[in-house]
Amino acid sequence: MMRYLIPLVAFIVLAAFLLVGLTLNPRQVPSPLIDKPAPIFQLNHLHEPDRLMASKDNLGKVWLLNVWASWCVACRDEHPLLVQLANSGIVPIYGLNYKDERTTALQWLKRYGDPYTISIVDPDGRVGIDYGVYGVPETYVIDKKGIIRHKQIGPVTVDSLQKTIIPLIIELQKKA
Amino acid sequence: MIKKNNLYCVVASRQFNGIKGLLFILFLLLITTSVGWSKEAIPVAEDPVIEKRMLALTMDLRCLVCQNESIADSRADFSNDIRREIREQIKANKTDQEIVQFLVDRYGDFVLYNPPMKPTTMLLWFGPVILFIIGLGSLIVYLRRHRVQIEDVSLSQVQLERAEALLNENKKGKNV
Repeated sequence: MMRYLIPLVAFIVLAAFLLVGLTLNPRQVPSPLIDKPAPIFQLNHLHEPDRLMASKDNLGKVWLLNVWASWCVACRDEHPLLVQLANSGIVPIYGLNYKDERTTALQWLKRYGDPYTISIVDPDGRVGIDYGVYGVPETYVIDKKGIIRHKQIGPVTVDSLQKTIIPLIIELQKKA
Repeated sequence: MIKKNNLYCVVASRQFNGIKGLLFILFLLLITTSVGWSKEAIPVAEDPVIEKRMLALTMDLRCLVCQNESIADSRADFSNDIRREIREQIKANKTDQEIVQFLVDRYGDFVLYNPPMKPTTMLLWFGPVILFIIGLGSLIVYLRRHRVQIEDVSLSQVQLERAEALLNENKKGKNV
């Protein structure tokens, strides 16, 4: 009896592991930046290139940093949701225009709507490297102390907003 | 491109008939389709020493966009940026260790093809050895049992004599 039982159990365990492996997304690489201070930056505005925005300007409020580009197709998918979220007034969204051209970026915002409190420009992707960006769009939830609390890799979805991001924002806003 | 070719065909077939026309069309197809020039190779940085160090480093780093390629091999934009970053850091006299740490801080251990030994990677490092030991152990147990089974079959002196007598009887019987 044991002769047959042991290989069977071993097979079931292996199959279970492989099955779980199938459902994992290899693109979701856990960020080491979670619960660490958001990398500081000082970047030019997209709309008014003479003006600068520094990350420390946002200390004291919970905010989203959304990395986007006009060449990014998936950004178009999530964009209506970001516009809705911005209109709801739950949280200010700051756009990091990643490795893009100014004119096309501005056109893109005109066409699809502009959910961003301020859009800043990272033309050569240096701030992107600091934030560990590797697949646009990416969205960071940053708390009042300037600490990254969540990173969404790929487009935000209704599901990820309702289940993770919005509850987290509300919780973080309650904290001092 | 295809549309353009079709246009040529229509124009050509009106002017030429028969094999001559066909050849002309084929010739046109040849010259119109071979226009897709490949992109020129990106010039290597001026300093071969820096380039060599950069290559050695990036050989063991994973491109997060095209996950089965190293940053050294990959032509993805992401890898271009990382290579640029590494070149700059080499120029700034950073050690290899500092550069790798810089990337791990931003992208996590996943960026390393050679993962560090930590509690979370113990299974990764020792799993194969453990599996090998289990396999070796079960092989030894199996072989030992097998030997016992073979020894069990050995016959006593009396049994041997009986068997020999039976065989002899058989031989005699056949001879007659």
